[in-house]
Amino acid sequence: MREIAYRLALREAIAEEMERDDRVLIMGEEVGRYQGAYKVTEGLFDRFGDRRVIDTPIAENGFAGIGVGAAMVGLRPIVEFMTWNFSAVAFDQILSNAAKVRQMSGGQFTCPIVFRGPNGSARQVGSQHSQSMDIFYAHVPGLKVLAPATPRDAKGLLKAAIRDDNPICFLESETLYNLKGDVPDPAEGDFVVEIGKANVLREGTDVTIVSWSRISMVAMQAAALLEKEGISAEVVDLRSLRPLDHETVLNSVGKTHRAVVAHEGWPYGGVGAEVVDRIQRYGFDELDAPVLRVSGADVPMPYNAKLEQYCLPQPETIAAACKKVLYRD
Amino acid sequence: MPGKQTKQEAKKPSVHGEASSPSIKDSQFAKQAGADRVSLPRADVDTDELSRLYRQMQLIRRVEEECARAYAQGKIGGFLHLYIGQESVGVGSIAALRHDDYVVGTYRDHGIAMAKGMAAKQVMAELFGKATGCSQGLGGSMHLFDAKNGMLGGYGIVGGHIPLAVGCAFASKYRGDGRVTLCYFGEGSVTIGSFHEALSLAALWHLPIVFICENNEYAMGTPLARTLSVEDVSQKALAYGMQRDRFFARDVLEVKQRIGEAVERARTESEPTLVEVRTYRFRGHSMSDPGKYRTADEIEAQKKLDPLNRAREQLKLLGRTEEQLAKLDEEIEAEVQEAVKFAEESEEPGPEILEPTTYSGPFAR
Repeated sequence: MREIAYRLALREAIAEEMERDDRVLIMGEEVGRYQGAYKVTEGLFDRFGDRRVIDTPIAENGFAGIGVGAAMVGLRPIVEFMTWNFSAVAFDQILSNAAKVRQMSGGQFTCPIVFRGPNGSARQVGSQHSQSMDIFYAHVPGLKVLAPATPRDAKGLLKAAIRDDNPICFLESETLYNLKGDVPDPAEGDFVVEIGKANVLREGTDVTIVSWSRISMVAMQAAALLEKEGISAEVVDLRSLRPLDHETVLNSVGKTHRAVVAHEGWPYGGVGAEVVDRIQRYGFDELDAPVLRVSGADVPMPYNAKLEQYCLPQPETIAAACKKVLYRD
Repeated sequence: MPGKQTKQEAKKPSVHGEASSPSIKDSQFAKQAGADRVSLPRADVDTDELSRLYRQMQLIRRVEEECARAYAQGKIGGFLHLYIGQESVGVGSIAALRHDDYVVGTYRDHGIAMAKGMAAKQVMAELFGKATGCSQGLGGSMHLFDAKNGMLGGYGIVGGHIPLAVGCAFASKYRGDGRVTLCYFGEGSVTIGSFHEALSLAALWHLPIVFICENNEYAMGTPLARTLSVEDVSQKALAYGMQRDRFFARDVLEVKQRIGEAVERARTESEPTLVEVRTYRFRGHSMSDPGKYRTADEIEAQKKLDPLNRAREQLKLLGRTEEQLAKLDEEIEAEVQEAVKFAEESEEPGPEILEPTTYSGPFAR
């Protein structure tokens, strides 16, 4: 097994799928000649040329819509948003067109497209560039939403997403791009991770922490803190927000009987609320304590570095919530 | 797509060769506006073709009149936007296409769907919400889709479909399949951002698409003068270095010929065109619109210019007898009545089709 960064894992996934299938192309701001605003697409322009690695002007609504139309007639576009914050101006294309076209055409058309880019906070980029868009998309039937935390899942899930016949929102994280981890060597064969399966990142017996994307890594740090206090936490990394694999979550809760859901997005009606609902709905008898959420603070993200960290889930705040559901606070 | 930018630099934007004058066709345009006298069309007119286009327009008209009746009877729900008065635009423009070309439209989509080949009964069944409708009763009036005929849908968010249509043209260029996309919208769409992003990208990437602005003078109930600072919609093309054209849709054959020029440009040169077609809808914006924003006199004056009647009068001038035309009308009537009967007698879809039509493959919950 070799270790590569999350960023490179994404690049490998895109390149391998473009190599495999001429219908796959990537478009977005700065993806080509500039080599990617966050260098995910570095080298692809030179390798695949301007027919398939397409620099767009700043027009998210326009190029997201172009991706949708192209997907409807048989291409498999990857549309990069420089960050998911900017997807807000393309929201109508994703909500009203990509997610709806299959049903409103009575199943005649599908929309095999991947929208991808970094989601959530970076470092002190202020309120308009720090939003977690998870729930806006996970809320929409017709879409799938993936949020990998590890390089391995970033590669395997992106390849699966490109091959999927449905529109997919693929949420990355700027703060994960340099994260290194084990990813199978391409020489060992085609590596794809099945969409819709959560992954137990760390086994434990006392409490379940459910998380995804960057916060799964924070949850792992929380679990390390708890271990020092003799508490064994299991970390379930959802990987996919829609479909949401509540069976894996419930299996874990069946073992620990206590759960904390941690995520970066706002608390009001967030993905965490959906996870909590499923735990109480399907696993009520297993619970020994109310399920708690640790979310981003319910305010726009402040610029000040200390306040920003205050607003984000931290290992300590997740650990504190775990102790609370264990009645050990 | 990027990489062909030299072509754009080399070619100056123009309307039939002239770029700098902002309203170069205005004198011609004004003359057209007053041209309400029915005269023989050009000498090279193909009577059979005119007859075929007349038949399509008349079928659309009669289907929609029946839709209005069914709506009043509560058999059709939701919104119903009729194309009555505008048929020459859809019929004339689609007559300039190959069968494998694409069309993308707005919620006022019955006319273009039928002109592209959708059967009247599929339209009617869809409006009745039946499983035999083109979209299995899930789309309704505003969302007619017909994959096998290249009808890529009617869309309900004003302007939101224009980038999508550009995407179809993008795919054609990417694959080199030689197809052309026609994208329809009203003048009410040209004030929203998606219109401008779509035109900007289509021009930048030299895509084979024709943007057809059906300017029916009212954005819902607000007249042109109150929605657009420049009433000549075709001028929007100038800013994008795009070819443009502008004319009245009174003569279906002229629509075919003028749109045909743009289609040819798209097909052979891979260049987009913005065409403003002045038209008029005789009914309200939708069935709920009593149309109090315009006078009965205005509507009556417009009805005298009805392109459908004009085509009929032209056919007579070309030698078609009343008997021949009556026979045509009878055939159409039978088709309309069959469509209504088909829609009434068809089954409704059940809830079991909802999940499989939402996702390809297993439902993502």
